Amino acid sequence: MIKVLNPGLATSVQDMGRHGYYHLGIPQSGGMDQLALQAANLLVGNASDAAVLEATFMGPELEFTADAVVAVTGAAMTPKVDGAEQANWESFAVKAGQVLSFDYLKGGARAYIAVSGGIDVPVVLGSRSTYTLGALGGYQGRPLAAGDQVPVGQGKGTAGRSLDASLRRAPGSPAEIRVLPGIYWHWVTDKSGAQFYADTWKVAPEADRIGYRFRGGQPIEFTERERPFGAGSDPSNIVDGCYPYGSIQVPGGTEPIILHRDAVSGGGYFMLGTVISADMDLIGQMQPHTPTQFVKVTMDEALQARADRNALIGRIHEALA
Amino acid sequence: MESRYTFGGDEHVFCEVDTEMSLEAFFKSLSMTNAVRESQIRGVTEICPANASFQIKFDPDIIKPDDMLAEIRKLEVQAENAESSMDTRIVEVPVLYNDPWTHETLMRFRERHQDPSGTDLDYSARINGYDTVDDFIAAHSGSPWFVSMVGFVSGLPFLYQTVEREKQIEVPKYLRPRTDTPKLTVGYGGCFSCIYSVRGAGGYQMFGVTPMPIFDPQQQINYLRDFMIFFKPGDLVKFSPIDRDTYDAAVEAVEANEYEPKIRDVRFSLDEFNADINACNAKLEGALK
Repeated sequence: MIKVLNPGLATSVQDMGRHGYYHLGIPQSGGMDQLALQAANLLVGNASDAAVLEATFMGPELEFTADAVVAVTGAAMTPKVDGAEQANWESFAVKAGQVLSFDYLKGGARAYIAVSGGIDVPVVLGSRSTYTLGALGGYQGRPLAAGDQVPVGQGKGTAGRSLDASLRRAPGSPAEIRVLPGIYWHWVTDKSGAQFYADTWKVAPEADRIGYRFRGGQPIEFTERERPFGAGSDPSNIVDGCYPYGSIQVPGGTEPIILHRDAVSGGGYFMLGTVISADMDLIGQMQPHTPTQFVKVTMDEALQARADRNALIGRIHEALA
Repeated sequence: MESRYTFGGDEHVFCEVDTEMSLEAFFKSLSMTNAVRESQIRGVTEICPANASFQIKFDPDIIKPDDMLAEIRKLEVQAENAESSMDTRIVEVPVLYNDPWTHETLMRFRERHQDPSGTDLDYSARINGYDTVDDFIAAHSGSPWFVSMVGFVSGLPFLYQTVEREKQIEVPKYLRPRTDTPKLTVGYGGCFSCIYSVRGAGGYQMFGVTPMPIFDPQQQINYLRDFMIFFKPGDLVKFSPIDRDTYDAAVEAVEANEYEPKIRDVRFSLDEFNADINACNAKLEGALK
């Protein structure tokens, strides 16, 4: 078991997600950076889709009641065992009674804390992931709080395993996020569409598991259209429809929002395209104010990027087999 | 009404059945998603019907996006010829209109509203040509509604009223979304009513609250024990205005876990509806009497 002494800013139980309920408004949830989540699990000898703790911007302080092997991947925040610094992307031992804490965030946004045996909260609708808005899954349907006692499964990890730096992935600066235009792209004028890709945007403070908001680019200009019945009066309104994961909506034409793992499943705002599946992990590691360039790609390029990411995850599995 | 297909990244096909809302578009969206479910196309991971559109999520490692799109398109002829009728249920949803909780909330967010001088009900009644708020409430609760989509957040139903288009209520969303909406608020945006299943952000105008929970992640409420979400697309709803005493009694019954929603089985036919709207609605409402 793990006792939460200090939960950090927003630390929640996540795995690879809850699938098949999006049509009812229950999103997949799960780790924002799935590659880092899987690597953390493999480092401590878990199945790659076991439940871990996702810590956002600031690490928690955790007391272990039993010996465990731990690995921290993703954001650069140095883990410490009873004050002794440990390496990121490397498994280390924590003894019963010892406290795991973290140094401040030096890069990235979300750290994945895997514990050998996995976080053993109940499975809800096929997943242990926390969906906070629906008070569903995870630890009592919410992020961790001081005093929580988090159950851990039986594990058999070994300390001292690390993942080569060439097998890690992090957003650059400016972050380049690849986008497949579509959905309601034809509502945007050619000039405005070109400007969207030319502008350097910045991650807004409103960036969480539901979505990432961006500021700093030119407002969207819409083509002349008749307002469809039922859509609402703003030129950015549609008859409420589904929102793809990674879709980019621009309410009022001003600030783009990319929906992430805890996405609202639908609504009444037009979308101009969708972030390709291969780049969703990177968004999870972006801090507010990160300069961001959206890069237009074709479906073939999106599928090649997906194959490249799959191959990278394959190499991580081989390296830690 | 011609369907438009587009990709949402490399994992979603998005289909706009029609740009505008109609029961025909909703029925076609539902038929298409039913057809996708029945055809068991390999690689499909999520099937999401919406008001006048739908979305299929798939795994491009199993099926290429172009092949996925071709498989879905093949089902269109079948969906167009599908019977526009369904066996469904009608549910009576009691509503305390003009309640103190949405009133407190809407006053708190007045600067985000089109008309800060009145309430959401005052504004919506006026722009839809009703003399009084009571007349407006009578219209909102006067005819049944279709659950035309479930989503946004867990189990939230979007509702489309079964009346002639000229009688349909239309209101804009808030100028800027609120950061708070009371749980179980009955809201309105565009041509859709909704019931907020959980407390949270929202942009719809707020008309009242229902005492009847529609989402229970703990699955402890007697009628949500089998599944945590109450509504599904195709359900019919009749709003029934109640007073504060009736509301309080219903809340007590919910807390004692003795509340039972009034539900009746009905058949809805789009052809019958189009032939005689009043007769069709009278028959649906009659089932609840």
